[in-house]
Amino acid sequence: MEQKDRVEEISVRHGRPPVMAPGHTFATITDKISSIVLTRPVSLGWMLGVGFASLWAFILLFAVSYLFYQGVGIWGVNIPVAWGFAIVNFVWWVGIGHAGTLISAILLLLRQSWRNSINRFAEAMTLFAVACAGMFPVLHLGRPWLAYWLFPYPNTMNVWPQFRSPLVWDVFAVSTYFTVSLLFWYQGLIPDLATLRDRAVNRHTRTIYGFLAMGWRGSARHWKRYHTAYLILAGLATPLVLSVHTVVSYDFTIAVVPGWHSTIFPPFFVAGAIYSGFAMVLILAIPIRYFYGLEDFVTMRHLENSGMIMLATGLIVAYGYIMEPFMAWLSGNKYDMYQFWDRAHGPYWWVFLSLITMNVVIPQVLWIPKVRRNPAWLFLISLDVLIGMWIERFVIVVISLHRDFLTSSWGMYYPTRWDWFTLLGTVGFFFMCMLLFLRVLPMISIFELRELLPEAEVKVEP
Amino acid sequence: MAQIFHRSTNTISRFTIFGALVVTALGLWTALQLERSPYTTFAGVARPQPVPFSHAHHVGGLGLDCRYCHTSVENSGFAGIPPTKTCMNCHSQIWTNAPMLEPVRQSFQTGQSLVWSRVNDLPDFVYFDHSIHINKGVGCDTCHGPVDRMPLMYNYASLQMEWCLDCHRRPEKYLRPRQQVFNMRYQQPDEFHPVEFNGQKYTGQDELGRALVKAYHLRTVQDITSCNTCHR
Repeated sequence: MEQKDRVEEISVRHGRPPVMAPGHTFATITDKISSIVLTRPVSLGWMLGVGFASLWAFILLFAVSYLFYQGVGIWGVNIPVAWGFAIVNFVWWVGIGHAGTLISAILLLLRQSWRNSINRFAEAMTLFAVACAGMFPVLHLGRPWLAYWLFPYPNTMNVWPQFRSPLVWDVFAVSTYFTVSLLFWYQGLIPDLATLRDRAVNRHTRTIYGFLAMGWRGSARHWKRYHTAYLILAGLATPLVLSVHTVVSYDFTIAVVPGWHSTIFPPFFVAGAIYSGFAMVLILAIPIRYFYGLEDFVTMRHLENSGMIMLATGLIVAYGYIMEPFMAWLSGNKYDMYQFWDRAHGPYWWVFLSLITMNVVIPQVLWIPKVRRNPAWLFLISLDVLIGMWIERFVIVVISLHRDFLTSSWGMYYPTRWDWFTLLGTVGFFFMCMLLFLRVLPMISIFELRELLPEAEVKVEP
Repeated sequence: MAQIFHRSTNTISRFTIFGALVVTALGLWTALQLERSPYTTFAGVARPQPVPFSHAHHVGGLGLDCRYCHTSVENSGFAGIPPTKTCMNCHSQIWTNAPMLEPVRQSFQTGQSLVWSRVNDLPDFVYFDHSIHINKGVGCDTCHGPVDRMPLMYNYASLQMEWCLDCHRRPEKYLRPRQQVFNMRYQQPDEFHPVEFNGQKYTGQDELGRALVKAYHLRTVQDITSCNTCHR
């Protein structure tokens, strides 16, 4: 590609904002991003943010300690709703992680250059979200200290986990997801860690980043192997974007409960995951670019693209909402039909109404280009979508369970304060990890941003 | 700028990558071994008892039958711990002044039972029935080991679930004719020591086991390995 064309591609295509503001060089990019970690003083706002998030992380610790001491009876779960907040939160957090993997792997394979400025913190978001998600399956066990029984190992009972159970598939899906995400994220960091090592003045800082950079010298051979490994990991991560939430949806579809037993769940769940994931990406990106002055790198192009993905996935989710009752009606199964009647008319009607409002109605304003290009609006809509997607999982888990086949076993579910502490505690834990990450690691991939510049184009001598 | 790391770091880092794998593998292996060792299972470890009762002396030496003391083993889930009266059947006549037997005499006079500490103790969530095992041809020593050679009682097996399932998944490996159940020196058949059952001589455990499974109407492996066979 000619250098001129490339400049044009970066700056203006179809009259949309550029991927990177013009006028940057290798040096300015590196300076800007590495200085946030190396030279920028700790700000009061960051301290307050970390303090507040850590406070909630400690509340989580407290809630979990009390849970281990007292047992799951402190939660609102009981028969018939034995899956309460724990599973709702689990599905919600795993879903949020999916946007990070989509950005880092699928958009890499599709050569979407705009991913380069947001993939790093989106991947960090994935890791922390999966860490939050991973807690819940363990916490909701009656005896959480025996959680390792979920793994197949030659135990003294001489029995294996039930491989026909989707709960076991979950263990493999989520642990694979976490491992691949961690490897992918860390590999992406290595050249940047080397940059930080080379720029650090303090000897200790240099040693730590040097240790983490694993001896990266940036030789041609290093880069050749690096790109091969990066593509392999991207190839491994790509199917995970679809498979992990598919497996999570199997937790429900394999069961016979009306409202769960549905073939639409896998694609519906994956779309919902990316929907909420991009909402979280925007919730992180908008304040980050504002507070750290990164408008040059995270431009309106990124925000608008994320908004469009949200709109698209949101429509798939809305299609799912229409199809569910339609299929129930088409099936003629009275239990299924009752389930969807109950969602809108039962005791949880207001939850269902807020779901439709927040997940289907409000996000439609994203059709308006002005809204898509306004960070404040995008932030508010993302917040709305995140809450809406949480409510969606509440509707699926709780409303389906509270009215099943036998009227004698109908009941209600009321979360307790410990349910709320655990949910909000993981949110605090997530933001605590995110803020610490912003402080100690380059939040935007320096080397991938440099690759966007026209100077990075490999020129073959005629 | 000076080098941050010494040249040797290359070697050390390579070593630690493989070292970490080896350490993790060793750690897991150790954990699995420890879980099966007497440290966890107490297999082979004699428990302290109020009176150092010797099965070796009473069974191996004097030839008492198991059922002389464990009276209910053939028709009850619990094999039975003998009352002090059973001890006194003999010990009112012999060793009447032995200091070792003082707790037995005390118990007999006061009517307070001796408090033996249980050796073969299964967890409370396991339902175990002695009578069914005895009646289907599981020998005492198959599970309890050579009790007639135990001066102090200890559990012979690990009592872990894999040990139970070893037999429940292939009972024919261990079964013997009913009349041999209380024979502490029973040997599985081989060419030179055939075992007779229903007028036929068997020279291998495989054939004998299959014949016994049929003759004693054992329930299918699927039945006896179902969770609720033992966890009711």
